Amino acid sequence: MEFEPVIGLEVHAQLLTASKIFCGCSTSFGASPNTHTCPVCLGMPGVLPVLNRKVVEFTIKMGLATNCRINRENSFARKNYFYPDLPKGYQISQYAYPLAEDGYVEVETQEGKKRIGIIRIHMEEDAGKLIHDEHLPASYVDLNRTGVPLMEIVSAPDIRSAEEAAAYLRRLHEILVYLEICDGNMEEGSFRCDANVSLRPRGQEEFGIRAELKNMNSFRNVQRALEYEIKRQQYVLEAGGEVIQETRLWDDAQGVTLPMRGKEEAHDYRYFPEPDLVTVAIDDDWVAGIRRTMPELPLEKRERFLREYGIPAYDAGVLTMSRALADYYEEVVRLCGQPKLASNWVMGDILRFLNEDKRDIKDCPIPAASLAEMIRLIEEGVISGKMAKEISEEMYRTGKGPKTIIEEKGLVQITDEGALIPVIEKILADNPSQLAQYREGKDKLFGFFVGQVMKATQGKANPRLINDLLKKML
Amino acid sequence: MELHALTVHELQDKLRAGEITAADLLASVYRRIEAVEDKVHAYITLMKESAQAQAAAADEALRRGEFRELTGIPIALKDIYCTRGVTTTCGSRILGNFVPPYDATVVEKLRAAGAVFTGKANMDEFAMGSSTETSWFGVTRNPWDLERIPGGSSGGSAAAVAADECIAALGSDTGGSIRQPAALCGVVGMKPTYGRVSRFGLVAFASSLDQIGPFTKDVEDCAILMNVIAGYDPRESTSVDIEVPDYRSFLDRGIAGLRIGIPKEYFIAGIDPEVRASVEAAIGVLEKGGARCVEISLPHTEYCLAVYYIIAPAEASSNLARYDGVKYGFRAPEGRDLLDMYKQSRSAGFGAEVKRRIIIGTYVLSSGYYDAYYKKASQVRALIRRDFDAAFQQCDVIATPTSPTAAFRIGERTDDPLQMYLSDILTISANLAGIPGLSVPCGFTENGLPIGLQFLASHFQEGLLIQTGAAYEKLADIRATVARYKQDKMKLL
Repeated sequence: MEFEPVIGLEVHAQLLTASKIFCGCSTSFGASPNTHTCPVCLGMPGVLPVLNRKVVEFTIKMGLATNCRINRENSFARKNYFYPDLPKGYQISQYAYPLAEDGYVEVETQEGKKRIGIIRIHMEEDAGKLIHDEHLPASYVDLNRTGVPLMEIVSAPDIRSAEEAAAYLRRLHEILVYLEICDGNMEEGSFRCDANVSLRPRGQEEFGIRAELKNMNSFRNVQRALEYEIKRQQYVLEAGGEVIQETRLWDDAQGVTLPMRGKEEAHDYRYFPEPDLVTVAIDDDWVAGIRRTMPELPLEKRERFLREYGIPAYDAGVLTMSRALADYYEEVVRLCGQPKLASNWVMGDILRFLNEDKRDIKDCPIPAASLAEMIRLIEEGVISGKMAKEISEEMYRTGKGPKTIIEEKGLVQITDEGALIPVIEKILADNPSQLAQYREGKDKLFGFFVGQVMKATQGKANPRLINDLLKKML
Repeated sequence: MELHALTVHELQDKLRAGEITAADLLASVYRRIEAVEDKVHAYITLMKESAQAQAAAADEALRRGEFRELTGIPIALKDIYCTRGVTTTCGSRILGNFVPPYDATVVEKLRAAGAVFTGKANMDEFAMGSSTETSWFGVTRNPWDLERIPGGSSGGSAAAVAADECIAALGSDTGGSIRQPAALCGVVGMKPTYGRVSRFGLVAFASSLDQIGPFTKDVEDCAILMNVIAGYDPRESTSVDIEVPDYRSFLDRGIAGLRIGIPKEYFIAGIDPEVRASVEAAIGVLEKGGARCVEISLPHTEYCLAVYYIIAPAEASSNLARYDGVKYGFRAPEGRDLLDMYKQSRSAGFGAEVKRRIIIGTYVLSSGYYDAYYKKASQVRALIRRDFDAAFQQCDVIATPTSPTAAFRIGERTDDPLQMYLSDILTISANLAGIPGLSVPCGFTENGLPIGLQFLASHFQEGLLIQTGAAYEKLADIRATVARYKQDKMKLL
């Protein structure tokens, strides 16, 4: 029997607000344990939450970017469970009335563009972290992360392969980072993903029994875990078995998913409306104001690059990977007027330099204006492409402009016929046998003469001019 | 008369005139505490040293000519308010060693107004009770009859005011916890509108019902305290940002033409005949004073108790989850693993009534029961609120007994939770509807036990309650009656 995977993803994105969702503590990562805390996020008796307005704004942005309906009235609920990293004994989340609902994103699949539905996007608070002592039977609690704002994005069960899941995740990630509402760092846990996976016989409407996958902290791991889990369930079903509804953890080292250890407790979270917070009322002006400040999103930008700059789709994809890179590229094009050349340089040398140093485009030592100027100098024939390679390296190393480097290194191209003709005459005179062979039809020797001219001029001669003159003079 | 027996406004005059110092006043109050506290047990923690420092600072301010609303006035705090550096137990073993690193908003406000804190008053554990018998720290006795309960949950605050162990006190009211003990101890107690006084720093019992209010010896003092504690707090999302009037300005407005609603559902079987007679007499006094009585109906009254005992325990079960032995408070030392530590800490840390409510609350929120209990209760709660909205179309103020009976005997209802819950049957509706309520003394039983008269008004109409209460107090000359009974009947020394 042929099986079809049905996958839904739950993404938790930490929001890039300066302070926590319900108190004024800092959200920054990596501080000493329990230093970013106050009575509110420590869950002391008598404290009360006050909603951070920025969290609502960021979530509205994501809702708009994913074509969701923004619920004009939404509210918080308590999710009750005991755990030491949850100081109140409940998590403040949204349950019956989330902020955004019924949206979608488009992803590229092998069969073309496909819409993945988004059921809901809601706001909630993060829990703290437990640090287990390896030597003692003791655990420590760090509550710095407690109350850091999270956005949960729940997809519809529209995903049909591991590859599609990865494409959907990349799309969400790219939008979040573009909107500058999440840093997207999967290793530090600011972008986390859980997956629900089930199989059903192809053609069957009804969903099969699902497993929930956790602990996949990279795009690659999500894809690998899903591929493994799909195969595992297929094997179980084909052997006439039944998939068990359970939570499974991805084991990166072994490349397998394993059932979560310990007894499977069926949690009853006893959700009920959070009485310490009032309904969040969002008016049209607020949404319209946020909509106005929304940047162009990656997909729109990609399409515009294709249209406006006539560059290949691949280039457009690479150049719009981040907003800063796209902005850099557009600035170079604006100043030099050469979209394809600009693309070649940005995607070639610039990205290579940056990758080697693990630097972000924002920290690129070559200002867009310098790169544009260098491209113009190539176009004008002042420098050769080969010289440009040398110049760009120097620009990256020193941050100097191309003209300064050209001057310092004496790199100006010889484009004056009057200066080249005597050089060529001398070369022809010094190499009579080669000249004779060439004239007898040994065309290959043309390159030899070009080389000689370059050598004599230390590479500064304009190659096109050399060609033209040699053709005449040979 | 001794200083501790005076009211806030009387003492303000003396302090302002330089007749007495704050130190004199505090010394008088502490002499009284030392004389009667053994019998009454109104306090869990006394704060004598810090009170002396506050009194000294008050005297310093008075010498400079600075006079704030409560400069030098000794006030008791229910042990449910977080007080920086002072143990805040909420009447529970589980918080027996908890010292908050911060002050509740009301505590900050009282400090800023120059108040002197005498101590932390006893209460039912986590404010769950109507008699102060569920406190881990022992029962508080009613100063009018030491064999009887002072009411609850703010029994310590009410008893402290009645026994002159402070000049005024703060309590909290989730289902009647200010008004009922005020009635049973013969003092004035107000539960303001939900959202009027910030709950920040009040250890939560049932968040959608809890409200903070004053215990005082008369209505004028109630107005003075309300002026200090009312108002919007940006740290409290359910506090409401509307202007706070000067509550003293309502004291002398009289009640001519005021429409007083008498809800027929509140004068039912189960109301003690003496209580009923006293309240009816009080209503007669009001009518004579120019008020007009209107019979009204609050048709969903019979559901109040049931709705309350679903919503309050539901919220409590969640609010009390934080007491898990991990971060602060009591931790059982023998836990084998995490779950066992939780179980042992909570089993030993909470008393029977608190456990009962946590269990009820957990049950009504659990999957499969939520719709039948919590959701249904929330719907009925909306109807109860609507009853009051409709009633206040017909009247300005509603008058009822505060409690169906006067103070009952210690131990009389501890084995019968339902009987205990009925103590709050007349006060619970105001919490469910979020409206303000005031209890003023209106007489005494034959045994010399105080009886309370409750006034209810529409949201944010505390001024109207003060107006009505002050007018009644004057018309009935109730202060004189209380003083006379106190002299004849209260045998503390």
